[in-house]
Amino acid sequence: MDWRQLWDIVSAPDNVPIVALIPLLIFYIYLAGKQAKANDDLIGELEASPALAKTHHRKTWPFRPGWQKEVHVWPFLLRIEFLAAIIVTAILMVWSITLSAPLEEPSNPNLTMNPAKAPWYFLGLQEMLVYFDPWIAGVVMPTLIIIGLMVIPYIDTNPLGSGYYTWRQRKFAIGTFLFGFIILWVSMIIIGTFIRGPGWQWFWPGQTWDHNRLIYEVNRDLPDLFGITSNLGKAIFGAIVVGGFFIVGGLLVHALFRRYNPRDYKRMSFLQYNLMMIFLLTMVALPIKMLIRLLFHIKYVWITPWFNI
Amino acid sequence: MAEENQNAKNGKRVGLLERVKSGVREDIDSLRTDLPAKAKEQIEHLKDPTKTQVYTSIFRHKHDDTPRNRALGVLSNVFLHLHPAKINRDAVRYSYTWGMGGITFYLFIVLTFTGVLLMFYYHPTKVQAFRDVLYLEHDVPFGKLLRNMHRWAAHLMVISVWLHMFRVFLTGSYKKPREFNWNIGVLLLVFTLLLSFTGYLLPDDQLGFWAVTVGTNMARATPLLGHEGPFGAQLGMTPYNDVRFGLLGGSIVDANALLRSYIWHCIGIPIVASVLMIVHFWRVRKDGGISGPAPVMLQSEVKDPK
Ligand code: HEM
Repeated sequence: MDWRQLWDIVSAPDNVPIVALIPLLIFYIYLAGKQAKANDDLIGELEASPALAKTHHRKTWPFRPGWQKEVHVWPFLLRIEFLAAIIVTAILMVWSITLSAPLEEPSNPNLTMNPAKAPWYFLGLQEMLVYFDPWIAGVVMPTLIIIGLMVIPYIDTNPLGSGYYTWRQRKFAIGTFLFGFIILWVSMIIIGTFIRGPGWQWFWPGQTWDHNRLIYEVNRDLPDLFGITSNLGKAIFGAIVVGGFFIVGGLLVHALFRRYNPRDYKRMSFLQYNLMMIFLLTMVALPIKMLIRLLFHIKYVWITPWFNI
Repeated sequence: MAEENQNAKNGKRVGLLERVKSGVREDIDSLRTDLPAKAKEQIEHLKDPTKTQVYTSIFRHKHDDTPRNRALGVLSNVFLHLHPAKINRDAVRYSYTWGMGGITFYLFIVLTFTGVLLMFYYHPTKVQAFRDVLYLEHDVPFGKLLRNMHRWAAHLMVISVWLHMFRVFLTGSYKKPREFNWNIGVLLLVFTLLLSFTGYLLPDDQLGFWAVTVGTNMARATPLLGHEGPFGAQLGMTPYNDVRFGLLGGSIVDANALLRSYIWHCIGIPIVASVLMIVHFWRVRKDGGISGPAPVMLQSEVKDPK
């Protein structure tokens, strides 16, 4: 166990934000979960007794008929805002006094940094470079993430769960978002920060960074395993495999979705349904591609003269 | 004086010297009596500054604690009138919004403030950039604190935007009628990350240089528009005319890239982001204030269109 190495990584000033992000995320997931649980309990109670549902004020916080529904922004909201500003300023002050921003040697194109890491918030994408070509990891994925986020309000047709925390009423939406945000985005950043060392190789926390380590990894392409040699054959084969993934995966998701989400399924239009399918399957394709790479050392699935996937 | 002239008409002539003498005496008398009285009056007024003309010209209403004044305090202030006068009693609960949108905005203000101060010391040129940062770190009074604050506030802002988006998602706040504002938010997220990224290069040290090199190398591989991307070569892309060249102002990360980074970082993106924030806040209001905490809805109450 090389504590020194571990400490070097954890205490590198630019890594501190990630070290801070983890407890913050845990805290806020807990906070959201707690409220979701309380709301879900209330929903269950109200669904069980329609009489209560008619009279109940529908929140988990106390409310009595005589109470005012609204409060003045000044002071009730503004005091919170001012307080938040003061607290944030205090945190920033202490942080800035105790920890200095990094400044390395002057830039030098002839002296490569190893590992050369992107800023921490982009490390998820850099991690994807291991499994995908740059045009996918660096261009297509960010574009898809942005578009994917933008279409969310237009494909989530579920009218429930607007304006309160709940799990019960939005399992699919929240599950998918958590998968994308926590598993595909945040955990890849954590890997990129804490695990990846020189040569972007995998070093367990506490393992010494060995700058001379070489890994003999023989990566194969999927068409090779099937003995396909001609370029045309490889292109067609890859198209079939990738197309097959979307068709078979689509059928599978369809079968599950219409059974477990019948209401959403009924509400969604043709366009909404297909958009959801494409984004969902693309998202699921990431860990699958990572797994076949890690388990079977397969680099490309689809090889054409212009691009490889 | 007028009196004396009257007398003069009546035939009794008063000597010029007399008139001047009595006039001066009057002046002195008035100084002796009027000024202390005025001073006294002034001091009386100072005891209640809210009555002064300067004060009333600034604050347009009284501040004694009445519901009307509480509302006016918010509505008649250009910075606060972003808020309504009154909001839902539960909307002030921290556990609902986590305050992350507001904190993000506050961090943006902190960044603008510290950023402008940094600009006084920084030249975006290969010769000076790195030295300016050294100068800031070692010689400028509070320079190090300034630089640190700018850096950490930027990191914090990235974190708080993510958390804000996370809570907006978890509370389903992007649903009707807030779809559009969610989209403005996504753009703000992108611009926040870009702001951070363009700033990374500015110290012109190894860290920023290689991070930006790694980052922009990916642009080479842009489909159609990058010289190493799918179909790029077929469309006539070379290292000297593709999208990466446009970003860097050259085929390598060098002086032009530094200048472009600087301009995007200090002028371009902040302006776009500010405009988007204005729209974002405006829409929060127009969409009916923040979405909750709303009363829970039951499945049986959904009016299905189909
Ligand atoms: C620079 C970045 C941003 C700033 C300064 C900002 C600021 C704010 C503020 C102050 C609010 C009021 C409620 C609250 O504090 O939660 C708000 C609400 C909202 N924001 Fe943002 N935001 C930013 C980015 C985003 C992002 C990335 C998204 C989503 C992708 C987003 C979507 C929304 C939505 C939908 C609302 C309405 C929420 C509701 O009604 O409960 N914003 N924003």
